[in-house]
Amino acid sequence: MREQPEQQAPPVQRLRIRYAKRGRLRFTSHRDFSRAFERAVFRARVPMAYSSGFNPHPRISYAGAAPTGSASEAEYLEIALAEQVDPVAVHAALDEALPDGLDVLEVVQSPGGSLSDRLEASTWRITLPGVPADVAASAVAAFLAADEVSVERMTKKGLRTFDCREAVVSLGSHATTGSGTECAILDLVLRHGTPSVRPDDVLAGLRAIGGLEVGSAPVHERLAQGPLDALTGTVGDPLAPDRDAV
Amino acid sequence: MPATHADSVFPRLEPLLPSVQKPIQYVGGELNSTLKEWGDDETSPMVRWALMYPDAYEVGLPNQGVQILYEVLNERDWIVAERTYSVWPDMEQVMRDGDAQGPIPQFTVDNHRPVRAFDLFGVSFSTELGYTNLLTALDLAGIPLHAADRTEDDPIVLAGGHAAFNPEPIADFLDAAVLGDGEEIVLAISDVVREWKEEGRPGLSGRTPRDELLYRLAVSGSVYVPKFYDVDYLPDGRIKRVVPNTSGVPWRVHKHTLMDLDAWPYPRKPLVPLAETVHERFSVEIFRGCTRGCRFCQAGMITRPVRERSIETIGDMVENGIRKSGFEEVGLLSLSSADHTEIGEVAKGLADRYEGSNVSLSLPSTRVDAFNISLANEFSRNGRRSGLTFAPEGGSERMRKVINKMVTEEDLIRTVATAYSHGWRQVKLYFMCGLPTETDEDVLEIADLAKKVIAKGREVSGRNDIRCTVSIGGFVPKPHTPFQWAAQLDHETTDERLKKLRDNVRADKKFGRAIGFRYHDGRPGIIEGLLSRGDRRVGRIIEAVWRDGGRFDGWSEHFSYDRWVAGAETGLADTPVDLDWYTVREREHSEVLPWDHLDSGLDKDWLWEDWQDAIDPDPDSDVEVEDCRWTPCYDCGVCPQMDTEIQIGPTGRQLLPLSVV
Repeated sequence: MREQPEQQAPPVQRLRIRYAKRGRLRFTSHRDFSRAFERAVFRARVPMAYSSGFNPHPRISYAGAAPTGSASEAEYLEIALAEQVDPVAVHAALDEALPDGLDVLEVVQSPGGSLSDRLEASTWRITLPGVPADVAASAVAAFLAADEVSVERMTKKGLRTFDCREAVVSLGSHATTGSGTECAILDLVLRHGTPSVRPDDVLAGLRAIGGLEVGSAPVHERLAQGPLDALTGTVGDPLAPDRDAV
Repeated sequence: MPATHADSVFPRLEPLLPSVQKPIQYVGGELNSTLKEWGDDETSPMVRWALMYPDAYEVGLPNQGVQILYEVLNERDWIVAERTYSVWPDMEQVMRDGDAQGPIPQFTVDNHRPVRAFDLFGVSFSTELGYTNLLTALDLAGIPLHAADRTEDDPIVLAGGHAAFNPEPIADFLDAAVLGDGEEIVLAISDVVREWKEEGRPGLSGRTPRDELLYRLAVSGSVYVPKFYDVDYLPDGRIKRVVPNTSGVPWRVHKHTLMDLDAWPYPRKPLVPLAETVHERFSVEIFRGCTRGCRFCQAGMITRPVRERSIETIGDMVENGIRKSGFEEVGLLSLSSADHTEIGEVAKGLADRYEGSNVSLSLPSTRVDAFNISLANEFSRNGRRSGLTFAPEGGSERMRKVINKMVTEEDLIRTVATAYSHGWRQVKLYFMCGLPTETDEDVLEIADLAKKVIAKGREVSGRNDIRCTVSIGGFVPKPHTPFQWAAQLDHETTDERLKKLRDNVRADKKFGRAIGFRYHDGRPGIIEGLLSRGDRRVGRIIEAVWRDGGRFDGWSEHFSYDRWVAGAETGLADTPVDLDWYTVREREHSEVLPWDHLDSGLDKDWLWEDWQDAIDPDPDSDVEVEDCRWTPCYDCGVCPQMDTEIQIGPTGRQLLPLSVV
């Protein structure tokens, strides 16, 4: 008779981790990252808590992962541990165990509660190679002047049409400083919600309403992710309460 | 071979990557990968290798051969080795369309350098079905497809791997090929290239510099350079002879055999990809070679003699590998892993070491043997209990004698009974169809065997949820085996036999639903057969198929039999031979085989005798070839010919517990 799997002990500590996806590793999908991270915790000998079941998995919860192809300075996850550890040591060990380009930026102890609830909005920087700054600026103006901008996206459930304007907290444009080819930069604050609006949806919206052609190579980079300050429209640090709690 | 034009193409590639499937497979950046400077040949000559596994990244990245050579080469400060893989058709189109600067060439994933900038382009062929992918890579790289058209600006294109034991079908596209273990020969080749570069890339005795380098490689006796051999044909299409056309070039080229595997504990720095691949585990090769003598098995014939790694080296490699990679699953690789002289101690020692952790161990390629159940028990101590796989290969006892895989039905039933009584619910059995002298009845016995397995499983476990999966592959005769003379079974008969078998299983009310049935149609096997035993004329077929769009022939969704049939018709139009001639025709003793000038160490007379023993219809003349590890030498010829010997334990040593750092 098949034996029931052993029940795993509950975690004794949780750590929240901010990490970056940089350079060529921006093409890492979320599934790719989670496999790499599971191997990294093992290499780093982090004493992970495991799920119970026939096929125990290390307990890792991911929050608000950036789409494949987007770079990010502000990705978050939480790990559950079987032993108390020093977050500083885990930071160093994990960074060593991950490939360059997947970089651990901060590790703090979790006092409990939900991390993903704090991730209300993101700040994005979108680089548009070959797009003149004034062309971008006029499309942005048209976009901001509209109450609603409908765009389409192919999802697993088929082609969906939704409004991408409502989720945009702020949007601005400027030219790159320095020499080289012409290049516009968009600064975007996006509120998370349903339907989830992504930076490429906003680009589709800029094209729909402002005729902005961005070519095939815009680069999206998430600079921050966290609580949205309703007054200033800025994105705060989601780990600030945890840092203060220790 | 220019040292210029080696700049990274990544800035050109990056804007195009969002438009292809799974772009992560093209960006490199794997954990434990090595990035080296290109160096400057003016000050001190470097030797630069682009290593390729000619299949998609997800298949090629885990390949141990490429990983080992990549590491061995990069350990030398005067060598640069980078890796490249086949790009999927969507990426191929994107690269051909290119950008304002033109098409994007085949690149390495490490530093994204153009493959054409390297000195050597080494391609590892585990299977012949990668040949069309070689042509895609050459063409994308801007390297002329035909070796004859290449210049000083092109790398030396070199093939290795098991398929390189008969490289004749791709001889027109290769500058060179090597047989056998690669670890030492890649270094020896690098030495020759470095010396030639240090001398200022000379061409002597009227040879071009490129031919001079190839000549130096050829006269070493270790590297096969097809252009220095002429093939003459008889009027009926058979080969008349293969002879060197240049003085100093040896009549036969020998395979390489690495002795003392403990001295070569690679991979030491296993590559860990970000993309998902077909093998998400760390593998340790516990021995190389096999002397079981299964007559169909090319791997077992060409990798002799058996050379074991010691229990301590295996233990060290497992520990190092999981710590460096982060893989929690470890596979102990070899051609017949339970045959290691100390496998019991290895299994127990490793299971003890990793008790209480989530490290799991697996043992692929085991024989039908009750001993393996206790091994499997040891291995599943910590983790999951997946299915067990056994490979009787032949459905009937008569077939198993023909192939020299002497497993009796009693052995098999006893083994599965032990498995089912130890808690396994699922057993997978692997067979071949189309073996020499096979009849419908031999194949139908597979069904009887599967039914008996289920019946026994239900009996010993007292449960009804017992399953048995029967997996069937078509037999393809391979060079350097006793079956190299055999007629391959035509695909129509293969398909008919498999249909009869399937109908028989399905019609069984009592057991049918407990038996899973997996097989492929016989047509890809015919093309594999063509490419396995083909000669230089087959190159025209490969090129015709590739020009017609043939890619990724090992993938059923890309493979087109009709395209190959059409390619064979055009490619062989001015010859007296055809597709059937290469596949379903039995060869005579006197026929010159396309690979006779390539020496795997096996004595051709011994192979022929073994072939005759196999097809001897007299049931009383059982000639069993036993394993020379524990019975006297049966004179296959390898050890004296290659000056090698069996290296096995037992060492009598044990794995000590690891002290936790």
